[in-house]
Amino acid sequence: MPIHYDKNEILETIRMVATENLDIRTVTMGISLRDCTDTNADKFCEKIYDKITKSAENLVPIGEKIENDYGIPIINKRISVTPISLVMNSMNEEDYIKAAIAMDNAAKEVGVNFIGGFSALVHKGCTESEKVFLDSIPKSLAKTERVCSSVNVSTTKAGINMDAVKIMGQVVKETANLTAAGDGIGCAKLVVFCNVPEDNPFMAGAFHGVGEPERVINVGVSGPGVVLNAIKKHPHEDLGTLAEIIKKTAFKITRMGELVGRTASKLLQVPFGIVDLSLAPTPAIGDSVADILEALGLEKCGCPGTTAALALLNDAVKKGGAMASSYVGGLSGAFIPVSEDAGMISAVEAGSLNIEKLEAMTSVCSVGLDMIAVPGETPAETVSAIIADEAAIGMINNKTTAVRIIPVPGKEVGDYVEFGGLLGRAPIMAVNGYSSSNFIKRGGRIPAPLQALTN
Amino acid sequence: MKNSRVVVTVVGKDKVGIIAAVTGVLAEAGANILDISQTIMQDFFTMIMIVDIANINTDYSTVVEKLGKVGKELGVQIAAQNEEVFNYMHRI
Repeated sequence: MPIHYDKNEILETIRMVATENLDIRTVTMGISLRDCTDTNADKFCEKIYDKITKSAENLVPIGEKIENDYGIPIINKRISVTPISLVMNSMNEEDYIKAAIAMDNAAKEVGVNFIGGFSALVHKGCTESEKVFLDSIPKSLAKTERVCSSVNVSTTKAGINMDAVKIMGQVVKETANLTAAGDGIGCAKLVVFCNVPEDNPFMAGAFHGVGEPERVINVGVSGPGVVLNAIKKHPHEDLGTLAEIIKKTAFKITRMGELVGRTASKLLQVPFGIVDLSLAPTPAIGDSVADILEALGLEKCGCPGTTAALALLNDAVKKGGAMASSYVGGLSGAFIPVSEDAGMISAVEAGSLNIEKLEAMTSVCSVGLDMIAVPGETPAETVSAIIADEAAIGMINNKTTAVRIIPVPGKEVGDYVEFGGLLGRAPIMAVNGYSSSNFIKRGGRIPAPLQALTN
Repeated sequence: MKNSRVVVTVVGKDKVGIIAAVTGVLAEAGANILDISQTIMQDFFTMIMIVDIANINTDYSTVVEKLGKVGKELGVQIAAQNEEVFNYMHRI
């Protein structure tokens, strides 16, 4: 029987995996907890533990089998669940903490490194129990290891819930203080969203949305290294040609996600949800989105031209990826987390990249201000105001934006914080020192923009 | 798995006995080599094999493990990937 593939095609695939860090970033199983509601908190915790462990018992072994069969690393196997604030209505903070611990234990039992869904959707307002839930987040994150929390405070259709934005600034600060021993690592597991997608497989923002089925498999692909090498091979081509090259590369990367997602879905007998077409960097050298922007011709990420280069990259990845998968969803774009990207860290160290430029970049890519460490003395109101700025960009541009910021207790600009693993290390970045306090104290709701009136 | 064909690639510095060692592992497991192609580019040995694992007498993961071990002994990189990977990536 003849070889169906050109030798160069086979070697290209081998090279992508062996030297360019092509991998599947995450296979995430979404699990509905809507049948677990109970007026008794202990019973509820028991039910969610049982449901999660039973639903996902084969997730890790089957993930490993696929890795072995296809020779493609699957870095993370994860779980997302229905937002806890929707399936538990309690006026007692301790109840929510118990639920977080039950989620943590279930994650440990099935061997996943993160479980998302300790979440709330409060873009237009909070119910009484949701207020209690938001207050419980810092302690819940401090008492658990693998639980991720996300809160949606704004949508294009609803506007920005500035009361929730105010609360989230305090929640972020308190989470940092309660996890001070780990340099505020609790904040690495807490994201504040605008226009949150309900099928995102990436942490810390993953949860199983209300429109989702009983169970679902979502896949997130990675591969900045592959795109970087493709661009490096063409140092003199114009940008239109480069966009074409990025598209073709994104297509190939996404096909791997499609293959892994479909196979996992079949083997686990769980419906296939979406492939998230994101370029997700890792701290590994060369696996960096900043390096791609620099390969496009910028001396250092953050210099003028960075936003345009990122717009080109993000759009080309989507165009290539959209062709490669039958169902695209989640965040789908290039991620620009600072601590998880060696090139971004280097750009911050060089003084080329600051929070203001990152904010501009978030208007043309997914997701937002991600894994940014700031001085521990940053006031809660300033954190809230940063969240409000990002939410405004998302609301007006009809896109997802998010803030995952870590006010590291006891650290100042010039210091470093080490989170280890995929979360990486980050230089503490300067924040504008003028006060936003009176603006945040006003509270209320910023009305939905004209863009919302589409009907 | 529906597709029982696996692409085995060996890349590394050329030396005596690479093919013998790799095919030895495959023969022992009862894997059938359907096609084989080999070149040497600037001292670098590249071999691509299409192997049918439909009737192997052991776990596929054991075969992959053994190939990895042989690769380490010979100082070459051996990858085994189901054919579907290439089908998905390079064919529309």
